[in-house]
Amino acid sequence: MSQLAGKPTAAQAGNIPRARLKRREYAGARPALLLLLLALLGFLLLLSLALGSASIPLEQIVTVLLGGQADHLSWTNIVLKFRLPKTATAALAGMALGVSGLLMQTYFRNPLAEPFVLGVSSGASLGVALVVLGSGAVGGALLAGLGLAGDLLLTAAAGAGAALSMTLVLLVAARVRSSVTLLVLGLMFGYLVGAMVSLLLYFALPERIQAYINWTFGSFSGVTAAQLPILALFVLSGLLLSAALVKPLNALLLGEDYARSLGIHLQWTRLVIILATALLVSAVTAFCGPIAFLGIAVPHLCRGLLGTSDHRLLLPGACLAGACVALCAALIAELPGNNLVLPLNVVTALLGAPVVMLVVLRHARGVA
Amino acid sequence: MMLQTRDLAIGYRRRGRPDNVLARALNLRLQPGELVGLLGPNGVGKSTLLRTLGGGQQPLAGRVLLGESDVARLKPQERARRLSMVTTAAPRPRLMSGYALVALGRHPHTDWLGRLTADDHSIIARALDAVKGAELAEQPVAELSDGQRQKLMIARALAQQSDIMLLDEPTAFLDLPRRIETMALLKRLARTTELAILVSTHDLDLALRNCDRFWLMSRASIKAGAPEDLALDGSLGATFRAEGVHFDQRRGSFELEASHGTSVYVPGSSAPAIWLRRALTRAGYALAEEPGRIEISHRQNDRGSSWRLQIQDQTSRHATIEAALQALERETT
Repeated sequence: MSQLAGKPTAAQAGNIPRARLKRREYAGARPALLLLLLALLGFLLLLSLALGSASIPLEQIVTVLLGGQADHLSWTNIVLKFRLPKTATAALAGMALGVSGLLMQTYFRNPLAEPFVLGVSSGASLGVALVVLGSGAVGGALLAGLGLAGDLLLTAAAGAGAALSMTLVLLVAARVRSSVTLLVLGLMFGYLVGAMVSLLLYFALPERIQAYINWTFGSFSGVTAAQLPILALFVLSGLLLSAALVKPLNALLLGEDYARSLGIHLQWTRLVIILATALLVSAVTAFCGPIAFLGIAVPHLCRGLLGTSDHRLLLPGACLAGACVALCAALIAELPGNNLVLPLNVVTALLGAPVVMLVVLRHARGVA
Repeated sequence: MMLQTRDLAIGYRRRGRPDNVLARALNLRLQPGELVGLLGPNGVGKSTLLRTLGGGQQPLAGRVLLGESDVARLKPQERARRLSMVTTAAPRPRLMSGYALVALGRHPHTDWLGRLTADDHSIIARALDAVKGAELAEQPVAELSDGQRQKLMIARALAQQSDIMLLDEPTAFLDLPRRIETMALLKRLARTTELAILVSTHDLDLALRNCDRFWLMSRASIKAGAPEDLALDGSLGATFRAEGVHFDQRRGSFELEASHGTSVYVPGSSAPAIWLRRALTRAGYALAEEPGRIEISHRQNDRGSSWRLQIQDQTSRHATIEAALQALERETT
């Protein structure tokens, strides 16, 4: 065995205090900010539960959350049936989009990659477009007459479209060798499906088009308390799978060749990354529509804030920051004290983009 | 542990056409503690060979054995514990410290989160020391020079504690001092540890000075041996044969063929004589082994140094090599 391979003596290993070694390992990083993000998330969760068109005292909300009854039955209903699902949906969707954006950006080694590059949202939108625009009289009657069931039908259509496109991507990913090929195929798939949707739009009735466009605006309010566990199941399993990926993701920072030489099974890693992304994004897109921007912005925000590319910090960071950004966007979209509700996608990009620009610019100065 | 190939054929499979075979029937050995230089002209398949040896590419035929086991069948993590790689371009990951980069080398040995134990930390520290890169530990990798990053990449490969290290033109983007430093480092590593190192390079001079053995790669075959043997038996010259270039066995380097028919005799072996010969070679003159029609010699007396050009009976004196060359050119054309 080599000299380097020899067991270090206790003296050598014990010479340097553990804290200093940790500092070296994470030189330049700011892990403490994770705690700050956690605190911010707690605050935003409370705020999101407390604010709404009806004003309910905070202690009443806490009572309801702890399983009690509010002074008015309607308050209990509002909190449990509307605010809690909406808040949880926003947090889960934010986590899912933030983390899947991080996975895609690291895997494709491309700062512009986002959760939808592999065509999930295209698949989902085709599903929705087929139902809304192409279903003819039967579908139209369904949507018009059933209300809630119509929503459910939309969710199912989007979910089926997303799942189908991700299955297709997984099949292709198992065959092609390079990640660039996969990226190009994913983008082309997106264009192809986009064209089909455009074709459907072109021949559709105007009021149907409006229904489709409403879906593309994105919303956290469409998930009922009964549907919430399904969304949570998908997102949490996707997050768990992502947690198992921290080491391969860190190795991939050096490129695929080096990752392989560090003992990473490239083919498996790729499939797990895509599977995790599929779980995270298809459920969110099915329930909330194609929420743009979050997935591309949150990872950049995290790297800038945490000052590291280590996924052991970035992954929890993207989780927390994603949830925070989504909750902020949801709060702003509903403009408390006002009945106007802005489209979610408008808010995320309009207010989020300048913030990310600032962070990225400051961070770029630090590097250059 | 020894790396060897058994009737290895390397190249690329092509759909519907015959395979593109770059080399076949390779039976090579890489021993612990030796630094082997892989040399050959561009496009002959050096990188393909290195990738195949490292398990990154399937052989067309034959096997690569790492100790007793077939590289292609090893689990990626097991392979990474025995075999490390460094390639031409050192990546430039953002927001990563030098220490974290070297720590990536511990991946095949750590748990699923990549947590470092005290042992891991001291192995990383020693790897950094070995490349004299301790001062780079806390600097962001993206801000380092090519040479510094390549140093860290080598330290990362060391931290992997492999038995074999494969390097694909690690010095291609580095300046001369950095290249000398890198080759000397590899030689030292091979000497002081039991590491077997295979390095592909186009730097013949540095390879001749540092490598224990050469693998000379030409179309379809590889010849292995001590650099000096390969220089003397003409293999080195034959491998890189090209129009207008030949391998000068006396100097151990490739030279342009003399473009003039004129040969010039330079007596002595002092520094001025050596530099004068270089100047003549550069200008396309052949060097005569014995005194002949044309001779240039260096004179040193109390008035300073001068160059004496003699063409048959005519002699002239010049203050510099440049002036002597100009005079020679006037007289011979």
